[in-house]
Amino acid sequence: MTAQTTAEPGYYGRPVLKEPVWKPEVAVYFWLGGLAGISAVLGFTARLSGNDRLARRAWFIAFGALLPCPPLLIADLGRPERFYNMLRVLKPTSPMSMGTWVLTGFGGVTAVAAAGELLGGVFATLGRVAEGAAALLGLPLATYTAVLLADTSVPVWHHARHHLPFVFAGSATASAGAAAAILTPSQHSRPARLAATFGALLELGASFAMERRLGPDARHYHEGAAAGPAQAARALTGAGAALMTLGGRRPLAIAAGVLLLAGSLAERFAVLRAGPSSARATADGGTVRG
Amino acid sequence: MAINSGPPPYPGEVLVQPVAGDEVGFFTDSSICIGCKACEVACKEWNNVPVDDIRYLNSSYDNTGELSANSWRHVSFIEQKRDDGVAWLMNSDVCKHCKHAACLDVCPTGAIFRTEFDTVVVQADVCNGCGYCIPACPFGVLTRREGIVDQPAETHVAQKCTMCYDRLKGGDEPACAQACPTKSIQFGPLPALRERAQRRLDVLHQEGVEAARLYLADESDNEVGGAGAFFLLLDEPAKYRYPERPITPTRRLRGMWLAAAAAAAVVLAGVGAAAASGRR
Repeated sequence: MTAQTTAEPGYYGRPVLKEPVWKPEVAVYFWLGGLAGISAVLGFTARLSGNDRLARRAWFIAFGALLPCPPLLIADLGRPERFYNMLRVLKPTSPMSMGTWVLTGFGGVTAVAAAGELLGGVFATLGRVAEGAAALLGLPLATYTAVLLADTSVPVWHHARHHLPFVFAGSATASAGAAAAILTPSQHSRPARLAATFGALLELGASFAMERRLGPDARHYHEGAAAGPAQAARALTGAGAALMTLGGRRPLAIAAGVLLLAGSLAERFAVLRAGPSSARATADGGTVRG
Repeated sequence: MAINSGPPPYPGEVLVQPVAGDEVGFFTDSSICIGCKACEVACKEWNNVPVDDIRYLNSSYDNTGELSANSWRHVSFIEQKRDDGVAWLMNSDVCKHCKHAACLDVCPTGAIFRTEFDTVVVQADVCNGCGYCIPACPFGVLTRREGIVDQPAETHVAQKCTMCYDRLKGGDEPACAQACPTKSIQFGPLPALRERAQRRLDVLHQEGVEAARLYLADESDNEVGGAGAFFLLLDEPAKYRYPERPITPTRRLRGMWLAAAAAAAVVLAGVGAAAASGRR
């Protein structure tokens, strides 16, 4: 048998890049981190506007979504027992390092905020102070994950580096608004419903713009492992947003919220899965444009 | 530290010995590589790099395939059919030890660091296997070491060429360079290697080897800020599984954070407006 060299591009069709090895846990973390982060923003702004019922639920959602995050991240490591090595350095050049610290800080203040909500009294005062800090950290928590992916050599992520943060921010807002709309009586949930719709539109618009920017590389969202979740994300988010605008009746809001939450999760799976497909398609040497 | 040994690589050339503080590196001249894989073996032996899956790859005499946690040198065999038969292009690939190293930038534990020799090394006992360096590397050098039972401390962590950090500290040249019987792999201070490579390229061009070219010898064909390992190739980089114009993604990090800040501002404004409009 002779080795064949002519039919395949590059060196026996071998990709230039190695595939990312992140597991599904990471997509779930991206989703929960975004949900927690923007729920904190919603809780903070709802409090400022005097909507304490919505604020209370938003803070419980933020804390509840946060809890599984560290275990999910640790489970994804090759050596989970060495996770603490992340906490030995703060490294501005590494989005993962910055994210680790944002998550750590957010966890602390959100726990205080949730405790204040639950226990009242002196804890409530403490909780109010923590709420501001949690909202401030919630914004980077919901968006740094996009920077983390963009800061690689994988074309479908790196070429979308200016769009991915908007996709993730929109997706996070849709999920946070949706979760709050599900749990809040409809006469108090209007801000959550509005936020959910706004986030869904931002997510859909940013995804569309991202695919235009990606050009031929956008095919990794239409074929292969990312195609299913990408399609689901569009359908679920679109349907959820449409349903959410139909008004404040609770069953409607719950149905819309469930669709949006699922759409947001599907979006993270689509983006995460597009990476390995894109890395595999680099055999011709033209990995990344400037 | 006098560490270059043996005869000079080409007639008329002299060996240049690095002194402490020099940035050192590899010049791999593929035009005199004979594909013996002594570099692969010497590297495995010296660094105790474990065997990988043994597979038949149907890629000429290459069953190593590509660089990975368990293959720190990799000899490519490119078969080219010509009028007078089959020609082989052979080249010993290795980590490029980029001056702007994406793997090092993104590493969240500090396991990957830059040494006093200006090389890039992974500390196996610090790495927690987060996997970030793997898609960051524009050359696809890094993977995690999997499935090795006799070195449990080094399994599931990222591994790659250290340019024989221990040997450099001890005043020896890297094992691959010392083992190379044709001096295709040349080790030394980078400025001297670059000058020598240019002279070698001129000779090849004079001899009619038009396709000869340098890869990563300066910053003209890459954005990695120069490389600690550069090559003389006899065909397009893509034929050797090299990117045509490698980038360092992390050099654009500021723009990414600005985009994230803008996205955060949009969301804050949107959620804030929703809260305000919902006031009742």
